[in-house]
Parts: sequence; structure tokens; C-alpha cells
Amino acid sequence: MKTLTKKRWMTLQRREIVWGFLFISPWLVGITVFFLFNLIEAIVFSFNTIIVDPVVGGFTLEFVGLDNFRFILLEHGSYNQQLVDSLVEMLVNVPLIIFFSLLMAVLLNRKFMARGLVRAVFFLPVIMATTAIQSTLELTMGMMMGGVSSVPTEVMQAQAGFNAASIAMLITDFGVPVQIAQYIISTIAALHEIIRASGVQILIFLAALQAIPPSMYEVCQIEGATGYETFWKVTIPMVSPLILTNVVYTIVDTFAQSQVVQTAHNQAFTMQQFGVSAAMSLISSLLACLLLLLVGWIISKRVFYYN
Amino acid sequence: MVKTTGKGFSFNPKAWIEPKTLNNSVQKVTGATKSFIMNVCVAIILIGVSFVIVSPILAVISRSIMDPMDAINPLIYLIPQNFTLQNINNAIQVMDYWNTLGRTLAFSLGFALLHVVVTSLVGYGFARFKFPGAGPLFALVIISIVVPVQTYMVPMFLNFRFFMGSGNINLIGSIWALGLLTLTGVGLRSGLYIYIFRQFFRGLPKEIEEAAFIDGAGPFRTYLQVMIPNATPAIVTVLLFAFVWHYNDTFYTSLLMPNNRLLSVLLIGLGPNFQSIFDERSPILTQMVVFAGVMLAIIPILTIYLFLQRYFVEGLERSGIVG
Repeated sequence: MKTLTKKRWMTLQRREIVWGFLFISPWLVGITVFFLFNLIEAIVFSFNTIIVDPVVGGFTLEFVGLDNFRFILLEHGSYNQQLVDSLVEMLVNVPLIIFFSLLMAVLLNRKFMARGLVRAVFFLPVIMATTAIQSTLELTMGMMMGGVSSVPTEVMQAQAGFNAASIAMLITDFGVPVQIAQYIISTIAALHEIIRASGVQILIFLAALQAIPPSMYEVCQIEGATGYETFWKVTIPMVSPLILTNVVYTIVDTFAQSQVVQTAHNQAFTMQQFGVSAAMSLISSLLACLLLLLVGWIISKRVFYYN
Repeated sequence: MVKTTGKGFSFNPKAWIEPKTLNNSVQKVTGATKSFIMNVCVAIILIGVSFVIVSPILAVISRSIMDPMDAINPLIYLIPQNFTLQNINNAIQVMDYWNTLGRTLAFSLGFALLHVVVTSLVGYGFARFKFPGAGPLFALVIISIVVPVQTYMVPMFLNFRFFMGSGNINLIGSIWALGLLTLTGVGLRSGLYIYIFRQFFRGLPKEIEEAAFIDGAGPFRTYLQVMIPNATPAIVTVLLFAFVWHYNDTFYTSLLMPNNRLLSVLLIGLGPNFQSIFDERSPILTQMVVFAGVMLAIIPILTIYLFLQRYFVEGLERSGIVG
């Protein structure tokens, strides 16, 4: 009798529910305790001053209202500037990285000699993405470009690889407006950075390109479409879901390495102003999320899903 | 104006639209030339970008085996005249390289394995079981991928510093802070691994599980003995990426384990440490030691990459991020 009622209560459906929750239970603990709780506390902290008690242990909150935000936005020396800079950098770099990685993926998808080797090289920056290595590697760019390898550190850093002024003069001599010339130069100067930041994106696009059924290209060929038309009518729609993925990935990646995040880090762990730091993180994260939502919304309206 | 009603006039749209066909042989030649030019352009772009990626590594290697005399000689480019192991020896000594390397490799591998165990469980839970709230909870996984840790680093630090709200338990500086995060699937990019496993398990045929179920295996046994052996590509991908990212990570380690002696963190302080230990002020000499240190840090990961390169590249393609 007892087993019978138990069996009836434990239907297949219920068992599935129990097992499902059992499987995700570690994550369920983590996401509530270490993610959601911390996220909410980050918002609370930003309206408080945090006083850490080193003797007794623990910390106390003192409600200060909007003082932290007022300090950051109105009194802090450089935070506004950094915030705008980081945002502009994001707006400039993200489209560049996306276009560059799509172009590279299209090129790498062709058949040529030593394809495996070239693809391995393109993925190298992902393997070596630690701060110390990256900053050192950037330093050496100057050594590779110039024949003179004797320049000491300070000069090497100032040179940044090539003589930007001569290129600037060359471009403005053609009658290009200064603003556009400036943009072109900053793009060239950021080339190394862009190549470095697009390793994962290239791979994702490459995989997307290989997932396009070859029959589609056959149809294009039979119907007499040019390469240009094929690219815009077949390739772009088919990889468009991954454009969204890559844009999100790039924005998050760029944000994590931006100057504002570093400033918030210093504010907390060098100057011990935890409340101010929390407010800084909150402002920059909200802006990044806003950008993410905006861009995501714009792109998702144009995304084409094959299935 | 075209008079269509007129007698003796035939309107041929084809003749109007299509251009005059060229001689066939001419077309063939231009096609071949075009594709040749195209190939040359592609080759130039690919070689150029590869150069930008590879050249700094070559420069670092050349510098770290170069004699200081060669470094200030303007006539020497890349290939040193006098080889020396002095820079490498200095870097090994300052970083206590062999011990540090062993510790770093053990640390990275341990955490990578932990990631695989935890995230595969969670990913399987999301992939195969229907339970209320599965959709919103999985959306939470995506949110945890997108929201950067930096947003909540202050409460995270303080909560580990004064764990469970008390002043007695301090997890900062011990391996437990990062261990707990990884164990509960919210560590370094855990969300991404959960996503990869979920997509992969969803792609496997459901029949093999049903067969296991009919043969009397419970869900956990099915997971362990049927699903895991079939999930090698996803496991390799997650293992490799988690290993590399932990090897390179400085954010989590310097936040949660401030006094750690791991390679990526020691590398940041290599220059100043060298100057204070050897009482050396020369910027060029310091620079060369830093280059040697960078080379020493790159070599293990580069070796792993050379042997497992195929899995890195294919892993990401097959692991289900796409489609």
C-alpha cells in the first residue's frame, strides 16, 4: 500500500523535475549566493559609505544617499573623462572588430596553402591574453618596424611602431578633412589592438561560414549572381545570428578591459573607498548594459534565422 | 516611346537586357587573371596580419637571448651577434621559475577539471530535464555571462573577506574563495562552459538515453556512463579554454588571492623585483629580463597549443556555440 501511493506520487514528470533541480543545484546555489546577492549588494553599497572594522572584523554601512554619485560625477578629477573615453572607444572599436573578423573569416574560409597554419596563427592572441605578456608584446612592435633596435624603453614606448605624423601629413595633403584623417590614423594605430581582440570572433564567424549549406552557393552560381551579390544575399543573412553573438562578446570584452573598470578597481583596493567604487562600477555597468540592449535590439531586428 | 501595336515590330526584351556576349576565350583569360590578382591580395592581407601577430613573439625571443651589448648596437636587428643565457637565468632566479611553473600548471589544471565536472552536470540538467522555470533560469546563465564580474567585485571581495557575515572567517588569500566560485558554477567564465555543455548535450540523440533508461539506469548513471563518454569534444574544449584562461588570469587571482605566487602575477612585478634583488638600475637590462620572463611564460602555453591546436580551433566550432 505504501509503495503504491509513493509510486503514484513520484510520476515520471515529477521525477524529471527533481532530477533536473538536482543536476543544476550547485549552480543554483552559486547564482543566488555569489551572483544575485552580490549584484543586489553592489547596488546597495553604492548608496552607502562602507567602514571596514579591522579589529572586530566585519563592515558597517552608513547611508549617504546620492553622495557617492555626486562625488564621482561632480568632484572626481577624471572619471567623467574616462567614462566618455571608454564609451567612445567601445563605439569605435566594436564595429571595427566585427568587420575585421568577418573579413578575416571570409578570407580564411577560402582554400589555400597552409590554411591550418594560418588559422593557428590567428588564434594565438587568445592563448596569450594576459596583461603582462600583452603589454610587453605591444612594446616590441616598435622594434620590429624600425631597423634600429637600440632605442631605450621610453623612446620605444613613445614611438608605438611607426611614425604617425608622416602618415597624417600625407593624408591631409590629399585634401581629406582633419577629423577623418585623425580617425584613419587612430584606426591604424589601433590595428594591433584590433587584431589581438578579434581571435575568438574570427573563429565563431569561421564556424558560421562553414555551416552554410554549399547548395546555396551552387544556386547562386547557376542563377548567375556575382560574388558581391552572393555575399550580401547569402553570406550576411546566414551569419547574422552570429553577428549578434560577436557584438555582445566584443562589447563585454572591451568593457572588462576599459579604463573605467581599472579606476573603480583602484578606488576600492588601493584607496579603500568601497562605496565610491561600487557606485563607479554601477554607473559604467549600467551604461554598458544600456549599450548592449540598444545594439542588441537594433541588430536582432535585422537578424535572419534560417531554421 | 515604343509603339507596340504597330505592324512588323517585334519587341525582344532579351536583346535589350543582355549585353553582347564576349568571345569565350577572352572571358576565360580575364577570369583567370582576376582570380590570380584576388589570390595575391588575399595572400598579402593574411601574411600581413600574421606578421603583426607573430612578430612581437619573435622580437621577444630574440631579445631574451641577446647580449646587452647587442641590444644597444643599432646595427643588430633580430639576430643577435653574441648569444647569452644571462637574461633567462636572471628571470628564472627572480621568479623562482620552475616551482612557480609547477604551481601554476597544477592550479590551472585543477581548476579546469573542476570546471568540467561542475559545468557538465549543470549543462546536462539544462539540456535534458523539463522543470518549471528552466527557461528563466537559463536566461540567468546568459546574464551571468554578459554581466562583467567587475560590476560586483566590491561586495564579492567583502563577502569573502568576512565570510558568512562574521569577522572570523577570512577566505581572501586562500584557494577557497575561487574554489567556492568554481564549485558552484559562477567562477571564471563558468556561464560560457555551461552554455557549451548544454548546447552539446542537446545535440546528442535522445535515443541513447532512452535505451539506458529502459535498461534500468538512473539519470545520474546515464549521465556518467552514457553522456560523458560521448561528450569528448565538449569536454576537451572546456578543459583547454578553462586551463588557458586560468593560466592567463590576473583579475581573480589578484583579487581573491593577493599573495599568490602564480606565473601571470609574478610576471607583472618582474621588472621591479629584478631591480631590487640585483640592485640594478639599467632600463635596458631590466627590459631584457622582462622579455626573458615573458618568453618563459609563453613557452609552456605555446607548447600545449602546438600539440592541441586542432582541438582549440575545432573545439569551438563543434561545441555548439554556432547553430
